[in-house]
Amino acid sequence: MSAITRPPSDSRLRRSPDIGQAPVGSDAEIRLAEIWESLPGWKGWLSTVDHKVIGLRYIVTAFVFLLIGGMEALIMRLQLAGPNLTLLTPEQYNQLFTMHGVTMIFLYALPILSGFSNYLWPLMLGSRDMTFPRLNALSYWIFLFAGIFMYASFPLGQAPNAGWFNYVPYSGPIYNTGPNIDVFALGMVLLGVSTTVGSVNFVVTLFKMRAPGMTINRVPILVWGTLTASVANLLVIPSVSLAFFLLWLDRQVGTHFFDVANGGKPLLWQHLFWIFGHPWVYAIVLPAMGIVSDALPTFCRRPLVGYAWVALATMATMLVGFEVWIHHMFATGLPAVALSIFGAASFVISIPSAVAVFAWIATIWLGTPVFKTPFLFFAGFVILFVIGGLSGVMTAAVPLDWQLNETYFIVAHLHYVLLGINVFPVVGGIYYWFPKFTGRMMDEKIGKWSFWVMFIGFNAGFFPMHLAGLLGMPRRIYTYSSRMGWDTVNLITSIGSFVFAIGVLIFLVNVAVSLRRGTRAGSNPWDAATLEWSVPSPPPAYNFAVIPHIASRHPLWEDRLNEGEGTGQSSLEKGYLLMEGRETIGTSPIDATPEIILKMPGDSATPFFVGLFLSLAFAGMLLHWWSFTGLMILSCIIALMVWMWPEKALAQRSPTDSSREAHV
Amino acid sequence: MEQRFHPRIAPENMGQSLSVLRPAAALALALPSPVNAAQAAEAPLNYFMRSYGPASEPTMYLGWVLAGLSVIIMLIISLLLIVALLRNRPSMDMRMIGPESGGLRWIYIGTGISTFILFGLVIYSLLVLDAVAKPPSTPAITVTVTGYDWWWRIEYEHDDPEQTVTTANELHIPVGEPVLIRLKSADVIHAFWVPTLAGKTQMIPGLINQQWIQADSPGIYAGQCAQFCGAGHARMSLEVVAESAEDFERWRNAQRRPVSSPFRPGSTGEFGQRLFMDRCGGCHAVRGTDAAGRHAPDLTHLNSRRWLAAGLLLNTPEDLMNWIVNAQRLKPGSRMPSIALSETEKSALSTYLSTLD
Repeated sequence: MSAITRPPSDSRLRRSPDIGQAPVGSDAEIRLAEIWESLPGWKGWLSTVDHKVIGLRYIVTAFVFLLIGGMEALIMRLQLAGPNLTLLTPEQYNQLFTMHGVTMIFLYALPILSGFSNYLWPLMLGSRDMTFPRLNALSYWIFLFAGIFMYASFPLGQAPNAGWFNYVPYSGPIYNTGPNIDVFALGMVLLGVSTTVGSVNFVVTLFKMRAPGMTINRVPILVWGTLTASVANLLVIPSVSLAFFLLWLDRQVGTHFFDVANGGKPLLWQHLFWIFGHPWVYAIVLPAMGIVSDALPTFCRRPLVGYAWVALATMATMLVGFEVWIHHMFATGLPAVALSIFGAASFVISIPSAVAVFAWIATIWLGTPVFKTPFLFFAGFVILFVIGGLSGVMTAAVPLDWQLNETYFIVAHLHYVLLGINVFPVVGGIYYWFPKFTGRMMDEKIGKWSFWVMFIGFNAGFFPMHLAGLLGMPRRIYTYSSRMGWDTVNLITSIGSFVFAIGVLIFLVNVAVSLRRGTRAGSNPWDAATLEWSVPSPPPAYNFAVIPHIASRHPLWEDRLNEGEGTGQSSLEKGYLLMEGRETIGTSPIDATPEIILKMPGDSATPFFVGLFLSLAFAGMLLHWWSFTGLMILSCIIALMVWMWPEKALAQRSPTDSSREAHV
Repeated sequence: MEQRFHPRIAPENMGQSLSVLRPAAALALALPSPVNAAQAAEAPLNYFMRSYGPASEPTMYLGWVLAGLSVIIMLIISLLLIVALLRNRPSMDMRMIGPESGGLRWIYIGTGISTFILFGLVIYSLLVLDAVAKPPSTPAITVTVTGYDWWWRIEYEHDDPEQTVTTANELHIPVGEPVLIRLKSADVIHAFWVPTLAGKTQMIPGLINQQWIQADSPGIYAGQCAQFCGAGHARMSLEVVAESAEDFERWRNAQRRPVSSPFRPGSTGEFGQRLFMDRCGGCHAVRGTDAAGRHAPDLTHLNSRRWLAAGLLLNTPEDLMNWIVNAQRLKPGSRMPSIALSETEKSALSTYLSTLD
């Protein structure tokens, strides 16, 4: 057991933490529970900063958005089931496909992964919470409010209608006069705040909050995925927030950033949007790939093949991912030399994906597969990943993309990527971690049904879209004529989408049934290797009664692995007790040597109010209630002051060291 | 005239209706589908299987290679995965955990082969890009196509403005030579796309983009707006009519002609003309008259065109009147209003419009 390596310089703040054990039911454990548990009732509900509660809220909220977006899609598939149908007017169709995209890409795909990461990170890393628990709560509340905000104009028939990438000038003040685009623009800036603070939290948590001994090459791949996504978000969210803010200024204040008549540039929008948009695509798949990389080995009864390669590939993907945004703009008339460079980069980006695919297949090949429901989702995911990747390579070829771009081929590709690489791992992940979340197993029989119906429905629905695209069907058309030759593929797609929806329904039934009647799960029902399975299901508020000391990449398989990163003897029962208030240990970024006792803030309703006032300020901007907006910003500042107010109890640390963290 | 317009139409197909319909409409009725024989009846925008010019042909082959490779790789990976899942293993205690090392060869070999293939594809796709980005010879003809919500203005510019030809939604080109298309937009972003001749290019307000097309055989090639542009996006088609150099010249000369059909005062045609000037002339132009609007398609030679409203309706007198009266129902959100007309007005306007050939 290593000691604190860098004691606080001020001797009054120096303290050697006790090392010991705190089995369930011991005095120490009871005291820990008292310290960490939130108040019962609505007060605790509003003010909790427990990462597990926030994580589950993220997952549930994002899944609700998935269902809303899915229903929008089903209505569209009814309209497109045959030629010249008139279920929807063009305007209704345009609002539906826009909200479908906005919902799935912004309100489902990243938030659901933030949910998994929020729930799992501290448990996987051996910490008692995220670095900034209150910031974490703020991130969730703003996400929720931004989601409601973006749907505010939907019931009025005034939803955003310019597509999720919202090209100007169609989304500008001349061609879109209603409140719809303002709702979208302000909602996106608001959501950007949530994503940014959430990303900061992940980055700092990884580098400061790992259990002693969990060196950087021992963290799970999910952590690598979310870390990479978070760093990327910090770099690219400013671009999209700026774009939407400039658009709002154009629309409401009379600036001319995108206004051609006054020297503005519509192409600027496309650059600002895709500089964000493409890295975002990787941000919403890399953590999901991490879910597979971590959970698949459990069902193969061996560690992941090529851990270091997969971790490096994760980061390489994002690094190259910053240099491919032009492949969304091949048809904008940019010079061929520029297109060649971005086209080549778009080919190169599939190399790290190949690393991951062969690592997964090798893991299955060399392991002993156990065909449980989560494993089916992960194995099915590999196929969908390959199809989505290959169609992506086809669009990387500039001249071919001049044909494929903006056709249903792209729609097929992006659904294989987003459903295949995000939804399938997510549903598999829910099956996998459900026992951890709830203490109960999900039903295996219903589970297998849900997989097969989803998998068959998905492929029946989305594979024909490739063909529709090759037959020349443009995306975003509300109807088509029979003479175009697209009738059959569209009918099959519509049928497949409904089969897929039935699969999702079966999954939901399984969740509902298992919540009540699922068999009780022990702490490690799958006999998995990572740290979250060392704590009871569901985990206690404090996560770890003692801070574990980690000696290998697979702490729970150490007894059975005799080589590689499996060697070592982690200490899970005995470790730092840390129970003078909410405390956990801060460690060094690379080697995870303990550095500092971190005093963690208590529950607080201030994040809720900061989020609420900020959202109301945006609502005021939308409605041009300027004095209301001012009042809300003021309230927001006051709430922030209450939040940040110095507390003596949190001051137990070196003032020179990490004092900034003390007040969050 | 229709023979030149579409050389592959069998005469007997047109015989029956000629007495009641004007030639362009007769031609249109005779055709069950807007595609010509060379394009087959199915899927006129099918660029994956069909190419009719050097600006799209190398791309089509690239598509075949990439799609073929994708299918092969997909099958190999699926096979590997299925074998990995189902291969026989010595029965093992499920508590056992396999060693972490090993299997790296999978990554080295798999990624190595993938990288090799990808670099080959980069080179191949860049060669294709080089082949289709620029025409083999400098195009002699330049056409300006401007995207509007939701139709296409097509202009053949000439130093003498009198000689400039303006039409809509139907782009005529001579066969066998490259034609330069200058792309503009009057409002939002559209994209010009005639898939069997070339890939798409966005039409961006404030910019003039260019692309070239070439058709190697006479025929009619379907095109479609390929960038979401609002409510009428789905109803924004165009056609490229490729014809011999002589036919093209003849067409262009005919299009240059302003109308010259003085009506007898008090005649139905004259009433129709007045009606047109009052109700339509603010947006539409008919060269040689007072109607000089620039916001809507030039109607000087309306009856030479096969389609109405950017591919929405065949150009027959019935559908023309249907369009005038019900534009908002047929193409919601269109800039063309539904025009309320009495029966007398309808017949007068019809008479006048029937002279615009």
